[in-house]
Amino acid sequence: MKSPSADSSPPAIETVIQPASGWLRVPWRELWAYRDLFTQFVQRDFSAKYRQTLLGPAWFVLQPLMMTAVLTVVFGRLARLPTDNSPPVLFYLCGLLSWTYFAQTMPTVAGTFTGNAHLFGKIYFPRLTVPLSVAAGNHVALAIQFLTFAALWFYYRTFTDYSHAILTPALPALGLVVLAQVQIVLLAIGVGCLLAAATGKYRDLQHVLPVLVQLWFYATPVVYPLSMISEEARWRWVAVLNPMTAPVEAMKLALLGHSSWTPGLALGSSAITATLLLLGLSAFSRAERTVIDVA
Amino acid sequence: MSKPIIEVTGLSKKYQLGVVGATTLRDDLARLARRFRGGPPPEDPGQFWALRDVSFQVQPGEVVGVIGRNGAGKSTLLKILSRITEPTAGRAILRGRVASLLEVGTGFHQDLTGRENVFLNGAILGLRRAEIARRFDEIVAFAEVEKFIDTPVKHYSSGMRMRLAFAVAAHLDPDVLIVDEVLAVGDANFQDKCLGKMENVSRDQGRTVLFVSHNMPSLQRLCRSALLLQAGRLALQSHDVSDVIRRYLGDGGAASGSEWRNSGTNTFNNPYFKPTRFWVSAEQGGAATAHIPGDRELWLNVEGAVETFDAATSVGVAVIDERQEIVFWTFHNDCNGDRKRLHPGKAKFGVKIPSHFLNEGNYRVELMASLTFVRWLFGGPGDSCPAIEFKVTGGFILSPYWIAQRPGVVAPAFNWSYDRTDSVHS
Repeated sequence: MKSPSADSSPPAIETVIQPASGWLRVPWRELWAYRDLFTQFVQRDFSAKYRQTLLGPAWFVLQPLMMTAVLTVVFGRLARLPTDNSPPVLFYLCGLLSWTYFAQTMPTVAGTFTGNAHLFGKIYFPRLTVPLSVAAGNHVALAIQFLTFAALWFYYRTFTDYSHAILTPALPALGLVVLAQVQIVLLAIGVGCLLAAATGKYRDLQHVLPVLVQLWFYATPVVYPLSMISEEARWRWVAVLNPMTAPVEAMKLALLGHSSWTPGLALGSSAITATLLLLGLSAFSRAERTVIDVA
Repeated sequence: MSKPIIEVTGLSKKYQLGVVGATTLRDDLARLARRFRGGPPPEDPGQFWALRDVSFQVQPGEVVGVIGRNGAGKSTLLKILSRITEPTAGRAILRGRVASLLEVGTGFHQDLTGRENVFLNGAILGLRRAEIARRFDEIVAFAEVEKFIDTPVKHYSSGMRMRLAFAVAAHLDPDVLIVDEVLAVGDANFQDKCLGKMENVSRDQGRTVLFVSHNMPSLQRLCRSALLLQAGRLALQSHDVSDVIRRYLGDGGAASGSEWRNSGTNTFNNPYFKPTRFWVSAEQGGAATAHIPGDRELWLNVEGAVETFDAATSVGVAVIDERQEIVFWTFHNDCNGDRKRLHPGKAKFGVKIPSHFLNEGNYRVELMASLTFVRWLFGGPGDSCPAIEFKVTGGFILSPYWIAQRPGVVAPAFNWSYDRTDSVHS
């Protein structure tokens, strides 16, 4: 590997610092140059999170299982919400599979400026490295969650009489899962960046964020199927406009075999996601230049 | 001559006073609502130019000291050049890879080991993993933390952390190294090592260094040119570092000489203590003199006026030697302060500095006054304040073996005991 400063010829890098213009500046080239920092951040977040915990990475498996147990009791047994004929445990775990990643990634991205003020105030690196590494790093938890789901899925299909209700996953189904996850990632980055830029300026939003995530959770068909909301229901537009609805329903269709997912729903949701992503990146690139003056 | 490695043109940075760090959604909504209602425009909370129209160039391989009082814009300049914040106007071109060390230990993660942190910190500074791996042993050796490299840094002492952080930054081989006053921490040995490393980086490797410090001796040792910032503007750029330092020091002390007199009615005016005269003499309240032999006591005298009583008003002096090290501070109420509260009227102070105490050399004395633990009345550390100068010369230690300046900040003559412990006569 060749070091850029190893030779004595005049340095090729030229940085021009001036008040910037333009509404969308994503420093792709620089992000690539700092790809090792991206890797370092992912490693740091992973190893710092579970260091000094008794069970370590076992929490990746335990946490979603415990959540599933809670949801099964509260929404399945007590509230008796329907699960589209799927085994409740699988239904909730599938819902969590699509939601947990978003619920963990988006608020962390939103805290980019507030959580890293000490770093951003002292040293430069492309700020987007932080949200990108968070979005990438959280896939470790997601992958383990997915394996947990696969094991339970196999159990239910082989040893219970639910087998008829579970669709055999085929390649298109897995493709759908991947597409849905891509959308969730872009959405988490987009909304997170938008909120990060806003939180950098208005600290008040920090306090609203947990409430917002909670509200969003209930507005998304995670613990209930979309089919529960009839076509004529007054609030159905909320579920349809919510960009998380389509990917969550897509995962359910792919993994459980039932859901109200339609290509039309996916198309609309993709358009909203793309808009939020562009807005988020634009606000982020605008905020990163001077946010430190306020922090 | 080749192209300058740093080219700064008309660089300015404006801060919005009162809004910095205090924006809430409510404020902005209120402002917006007022605008919609067509009411009067909100009062401008005031703007502050931290940097105003600064232009300069730095050639490759130069070591440039940035000098200025607190609030003169040094940190803002470094922050802009390090790309931490954006200028309001103007432009800076940097031709090469820049590494900045604005604070020690930035990006260290408490739970990670020293080894992991070296890689993390290197990556934050823009280094590839392979480049860090190649320099790893050198970094650890320079920081002198070999034994603890696999211990989490939260168990490190602040000195160890600072050594490791500096070691990473210094071994980056950047084209431009920007160093803020980070060397203020750490022991003298390591400070010396850091200065040596910076010297080495610039002289042997032809790297450019931009160095902010209040420590004039290290600036003088390291820098081949210097920038003087005053109130956000570039006051002077020169290759004569001593000249810049003189300008910087002169900009604080209004007088140079053994006596200072208040020249204007508004100068240093405040109700608690307004100085009128400040001088050094051989006897208490005697005539001003600029030369005192080392074997004579000397007096620092202050006269002033008090309008308003405050139990906390203190008047003091800072004695500073020619290396710009503070020899000591002393305040009028250090001893028996209860009996020395300043009552309205005229006031006269004197403090005796014993003989055989100050080393041979030139001294500057700065007058300070404060409401203790509340605020400086004028001339807090680093501000403009009344200053006088004198020289301790001759009449040194009684021993004939020491005729010149002694090593050390002070040169006290202590009375040693001496006893013969054997009875053998030669």
